[in-house]
Amino acid sequence: MTRENDPNAARKTWMSLLAKSDAGVLSQIWDKADIAPDFRFLRAPEIGGVMVRGRAGAVGAAFNLGEMTVTRCSVTLSGGAVGHAYVQGRDKKKAEVAAQIDALMQTDLAAQVEAAVLAPLRKIAETAKRTRAAKAAATKVDFFTMVRGED
Amino acid sequence: MQAAILEGGFVEAPIDSARAFRQIMTAMAQPGTINEVTGALPPAPLSIAAGVVLLTMCDPETPVFLTPKFDTDEVRAWITFHTGAPFTAANNAAFAVGAWGDLPLNEFSIGSSEYPDRSATLIVETDHLSVTGATLRGPGIKDTATLSLPDAQAFQNNALLFPLGLDFIFTCQSDLAALPRTTKVS
Amino acid sequence: MYVAVKGGEKAIDNAHAWLAEERRGGTSVTELSVAQIREQLALAVNRVMAEGSLFDPDLAALAIKQSRGDLIEAIFLIRAYRTTLPRFGGSEPVDTEKMACDRRVSATFKDAPGGQVLGPTFDYTHRLLDFKLAADGEAPQAPMTDAPPAETPHIMSFLDRENLIQNEPAGPEVPDDLTRAPLELPASRALRLQALTRGDEGFILGMAYSTQRGYARNHAFVAELRIGAVPVEMDIPELGFAVDIGEVTLTECETVNQFQGSKTEPPQFTRGYGLVFGMTERKAISMALVDRALRWKELGEDNVGAPAQDEEFVLYHADNIQATGFLEHIKLPHYVDFQSELELIRKLRREAQAMQEAAE
Repeated sequence: MTRENDPNAARKTWMSLLAKSDAGVLSQIWDKADIAPDFRFLRAPEIGGVMVRGRAGAVGAAFNLGEMTVTRCSVTLSGGAVGHAYVQGRDKKKAEVAAQIDALMQTDLAAQVEAAVLAPLRKIAETAKRTRAAKAAATKVDFFTMVRGED
Repeated sequence: MQAAILEGGFVEAPIDSARAFRQIMTAMAQPGTINEVTGALPPAPLSIAAGVVLLTMCDPETPVFLTPKFDTDEVRAWITFHTGAPFTAANNAAFAVGAWGDLPLNEFSIGSSEYPDRSATLIVETDHLSVTGATLRGPGIKDTATLSLPDAQAFQNNALLFPLGLDFIFTCQSDLAALPRTTKVS
Repeated sequence: MYVAVKGGEKAIDNAHAWLAEERRGGTSVTELSVAQIREQLALAVNRVMAEGSLFDPDLAALAIKQSRGDLIEAIFLIRAYRTTLPRFGGSEPVDTEKMACDRRVSATFKDAPGGQVLGPTFDYTHRLLDFKLAADGEAPQAPMTDAPPAETPHIMSFLDRENLIQNEPAGPEVPDDLTRAPLELPASRALRLQALTRGDEGFILGMAYSTQRGYARNHAFVAELRIGAVPVEMDIPELGFAVDIGEVTLTECETVNQFQGSKTEPPQFTRGYGLVFGMTERKAISMALVDRALRWKELGEDNVGAPAQDEEFVLYHADNIQATGFLEHIKLPHYVDFQSELELIRKLRREAQAMQEAAE
């Protein structure tokens, strides 16, 4: 399914961003945004594992590579919106906040959450990615042939 | 997704499921005793006891079979959210839920001689569960016990398959009793 | 003879207390934090994650601290912790083509699209001790080059396009899992790869080296080695669609081996594969070589009786937790076993002596 006609594309994007964010950074941005809603747990934060899979030869049959820690949480806001979170690591606060954000993004407060929380998170993630790519690019080899042997 | 469907799970999953596991294990270990369980509020027509068993025993690696009466969107959504268990046909099921007459007994896995544990456990929803009825003998029973069973011949046939065979959990509201393959029914 | 033994509780408590004190070391030296281990002993952390089979750098760092740097003990702690986690599910197979590469080199094609990226490698260091590191305070900065994001296609895909390399067969969507069902032989390739990726680095390295030295000789080229971060995507049942649930750093090694052809296969290149958690280059290359050696049967090659071709030998001895558990248990009390051995030797000695005396 292409991104344009995937009705869940936007939600996937923000859930993925939250899953990969640093727990400390998310907590800081969230507290600063001061938009914590009234909510109830449908599923209190729970730490577990997910089996990460790879493919033999990168393209063949799937195999189990090993697990990673994941924390999940589900909440419902007083208005009825339901938010889910599956986030990397073992930080329960991170999962709780991510579930609240997922729920809020389905309400009228979406634009406010996007500006106060998701946009700064995205910027941090992009900067980190760009910095690492720039360091890698600096170690790219420029070949030049000195002497070409004849035998 | 409606929040209501997603409620009714364990509030304190580690504690609630440990307690429920103990009850289910006791029921299995002492056929003919009835145990009350709590902690689940599943959507109808699932009973509380069937809900507790599903929450305690099922996860993404235990395929579940539902008979048509129990195969509703609400039941599916509830099991999916709280356990992650996939749904399957009877022959691939680790657990099944249904009324006695609706469960296709001959289709479930009875395990293999290398792995007798790779068999199905059937959660049989009943309107009535009491310690009167068929006579039970076998491991976990001092002399004899009695239990209201929906059939006798089927359980006798099942016991003959030992060490292979099916295991049964009978549920009625918040009560449950069990009949493992080791029990002789007469 | 049965000897019941009880006691030692006090001695054990005191031994644990002393262990804790020794772990801390001299108190005139600052205590090591878990974050310091995670950041500054990252390759030890990576090894513990790979062989502990759990990607969580903080936990691996804690395990290293608790085990006083004994990595097998740390792996043991991680394996034990892992078993307490409820399994939420399995991810979609990671797409290493989309890896954000820190390092990416090929020994087969100089001008690979995406280029040769060295990354933070030891390769060209002189292996001379750097005494500057003994003095603290430096925080070096890596140079940066702004570069547009480049695609880094797998180098194997070029050989594949020319049909010069063996195809990788598809397999079941949910692969066999060593941690869920006992290992049965012959093992599927999925099980072999799982056993190798969590196997002991030293053992896999030794096995791989043996293939290079001529035991099941397979002259392997590293077609590609890449290290970097890939997103992990999982289907969330209650949502009905997949989202990224995190990101893991992986090392991937693809080897290409010349292959003369067999009864069933035409002459072509064949492939070995290594994929390991973290920056774990030596392990990933070793894994690819051993994977290739174990594939003799499916490629119709001869079994030359080399250890690396023996699936039972490799898979049953690769796990350092199994190995160390069985090995180290022999130091624990075997008083009863040994008493019977002692009785037996005394009896044999008596009999031998009696026979000798009778002969004289």
